[in-house]
Amino acid sequence: MTRLQMLFCALGLAGLIAAPLGQGNYIVYTMTSWLVFSISAMGLNLTLGYAGQVSLAQAGFMGVGAYVTALMTLAGVPWIAAAFVSISTSFVLGLLLGYPALRVQHHFLAFVTLAFNTLLFLVLRNEEEITGGSFGLVGMPRPNVLGLATDSNLSFYYFALVCFVVAAGVMWWILRSPWGRAFKALRENPIRAESLGLKIRRQTLLAFAIGSAFGGFAGALQTPQVQFIEPHSFALIHSLKLLLMVVVGGSGFFFGPMLGAAVVILLPEVLRFTEGYYLIIYATLVILLMVYSPGGLIGAGHKIRDRLMPRTEARRDMEKGFQL
Amino acid sequence: MTAPIPSAPVLSVRAMSKQFGGIRAVNNVSFDVHKGEILGLIGPNGSGKSTLFNCILGQLRPTSGHCEIAGRSTDGVRPADLSLMGVGRTFQQLSVFPRMTVLDNVILAGQEHEGTILTRLFGRPDAGLTDKAKQLIEFFRLTPYLQTEAGALSYGQQKLVDAAMAFMAGPQIVLLDEPAGGVNLTMLAHLKERLVTYNREHGTTFVVIEHNMEFVMSLCTRIIVLAQGEIIAEGRPEDIRANPLVIDAYLGG
Amino acid sequence: MAEFIQIILSGLAAGSIYALAAVGFTLLWQASQTINFAQGEFVMLPAFFVLVGMTVLGLGLWPSVALALVLSLLVLGVMFKKLVVEPMLPHGTLPLVIATIALGLLLKESVKEFYGATAQPFPPIFPQEVYQVAGASIAAQDIGNLAVSMLAIGGLQLFLTRTRTGRCMQATAQNPAVAEILGVNVKRMVMYTFLINAALATVASVLISPIYLAKFSNGETLGLVAFIAAIVGGFNQIRGALVGGLLIGVIDNISAVYISAQYRSAMPLLLLIAIILFRPQGLLGTSEGRSV
Repeated sequence: MTRLQMLFCALGLAGLIAAPLGQGNYIVYTMTSWLVFSISAMGLNLTLGYAGQVSLAQAGFMGVGAYVTALMTLAGVPWIAAAFVSISTSFVLGLLLGYPALRVQHHFLAFVTLAFNTLLFLVLRNEEEITGGSFGLVGMPRPNVLGLATDSNLSFYYFALVCFVVAAGVMWWILRSPWGRAFKALRENPIRAESLGLKIRRQTLLAFAIGSAFGGFAGALQTPQVQFIEPHSFALIHSLKLLLMVVVGGSGFFFGPMLGAAVVILLPEVLRFTEGYYLIIYATLVILLMVYSPGGLIGAGHKIRDRLMPRTEARRDMEKGFQL
Repeated sequence: MTAPIPSAPVLSVRAMSKQFGGIRAVNNVSFDVHKGEILGLIGPNGSGKSTLFNCILGQLRPTSGHCEIAGRSTDGVRPADLSLMGVGRTFQQLSVFPRMTVLDNVILAGQEHEGTILTRLFGRPDAGLTDKAKQLIEFFRLTPYLQTEAGALSYGQQKLVDAAMAFMAGPQIVLLDEPAGGVNLTMLAHLKERLVTYNREHGTTFVVIEHNMEFVMSLCTRIIVLAQGEIIAEGRPEDIRANPLVIDAYLGG
Repeated sequence: MAEFIQIILSGLAAGSIYALAAVGFTLLWQASQTINFAQGEFVMLPAFFVLVGMTVLGLGLWPSVALALVLSLLVLGVMFKKLVVEPMLPHGTLPLVIATIALGLLLKESVKEFYGATAQPFPPIFPQEVYQVAGASIAAQDIGNLAVSMLAIGGLQLFLTRTRTGRCMQATAQNPAVAEILGVNVKRMVMYTFLINAALATVASVLISPIYLAKFSNGETLGLVAFIAAIVGGFNQIRGALVGGLLIGVIDNISAVYISAQYRSAMPLLLLIAIILFRPQGLLGTSEGRSV
């Protein structure tokens, strides 16, 4: 990281610490939701933006995390242990789903995750004795951290912020390790990358499983946040929303999912006057964005910046080579 | 006194054939390549050199026959594992990662050979390869472009980066697919000189497909000529140059 | 036994409708490498065009169906290709996948907002009679649905293999570059594929809506079933999609009766997972060689 980037991150963090002060409960709660969804979207960004695979089960993995955490904390297990189990369960499920799907080309992972999310919904709804069926689970406690309760919305916000910073730190670590370079190479020239020893399938599978684990972590955080979970919160439509979050913000950019989550969570507030039409407007925006800027809002920002301040362009004239 | 034990060939191709529909692109080709050799594979267009190359490199599945690298069969081995077995390659068309720096290009070429996928996740960002990569970049005289995006280099320079990537993991054998194509004369002399030097210093075996006769004749220690999918001649460059069969094949092409 | 025959027959009837959607899905994939995640919504929408024709414009059933066909060809065929698929092709497959997901959402929410969120009764195409044959009750509707879908798919197959245009379309699907060299108007062939998909979706919609009622969210299940049918049969051929569709229809019906109504919709999903695990090229598919 350059010094400038560090400064920006510090400023951003300070902003996040200061932002909820003096705000009403509703705003603080909404900001907490943004943190939770940012964690989940960050994980999906690893799958989609870096490993280039579509997962349509990120909400499903959040559901796995949320239900595991709910059942465990209701049984008296501390949140931190429940969160750990949630993350591990999502990771293992990711491996199990991804392994067969990634053996085949095309976007089979998309279909397998789609099926998984739908199946999971059925199980959550039908196994009433465990999951409470359509009525869901209520009364999950909020965790105590070092003897401090997080019962107020403000203190829970700070708790979620810590989790968010940890998740972002882990993601940053992954992307600055050799993995980050491998993902970049995979995007730019998969055939060359493979000829240099990069095992594409294994790399992609682990990225998907780790991305899913982030979903599990977000779910583990969502349970004490909302204190009421039911199957519909983790239905396919929410996986689609998460996917669109990543895409709108800018898939393959570190801050893309955070921006996307903010847009998706704030847009309904901004477009409140449009009432039910907001999803229509939103879907249209996504299609337009895909046509004009597949890199999402951040990608569009980069395009504009490059136009204003041209950097060294890749020499297109050289691509085909020239004969003497 | 014992006679020197002949070492196993680095690359051994046995009775390899590849059929596309009714056409035999490669027909029962066998040859060995020994350590330190620079073997040239030449032939007119459509003689099957590229098909043969692709069969050796696991990009195409041969109809029959097989291939061994240092005594290990490559049947069904995927390109990534072939690389891990010590086979480096360059591509006919440009194959650098255009938006990555030259340094990152070369580090990437080595990192998958270091540790396991998990140690790479927890290890150093450069997998401890910066020094080695810099040496190789220096070897190809690319040091001024260390932090330049590879896509911004000239065509010839990109060919050098491609070659550096092929050498980064310390392969036993490197297959070069038309390294001279589209490279200007100064750059070509530089490339040839570097390849020969690398071969002498490291004893790395090369197999080169090439159209540019001068380049092949001056680079290679042995040459195999293919025509219509079969080997029609094999020998030292000067013998090949004088072989009437070869002249026929090219002129009758 | 009589009951079993009944179950199989109505399963085949439903399955043949799924096959229509799956065939369209497969054709789109072949012709333009478009994985249409909005395929379910494509089948949901034409029923609402029919309802608009009947309730808003006061037309009869058949004129409304004709109107729905024209609108579908326009919206799901021409506009989908020109406004969504074409501009995105240069970006590769991923943005297009996401755009079709967004398109599905757009269609679904539009119907919900502009027509209504409740399930709408849809006039039956066939007489609602039930015949008793050897102890089994056989619904005229099932026979009709099966016949119409089979005719549609059979006709399509004949068109693709027996006519010049059809063969040009197949050539385009197999190798657009070679087709272009042979003088095939590749762009037009791809457009035909999109139109055929829209027409198949309309037929499926008109057949299935009397059974399931017309509802904005129908596409979720239908889309999933179409994907699964296409994959189960073998992603890249019409026969496969047909077999996959029929199979899923039958399995769905059998599991509803003999296994559990609650997990009925889980069966096709389990089938999908089993296929991907054990026979990823599909039941009738041949594994594609490694490209490059």
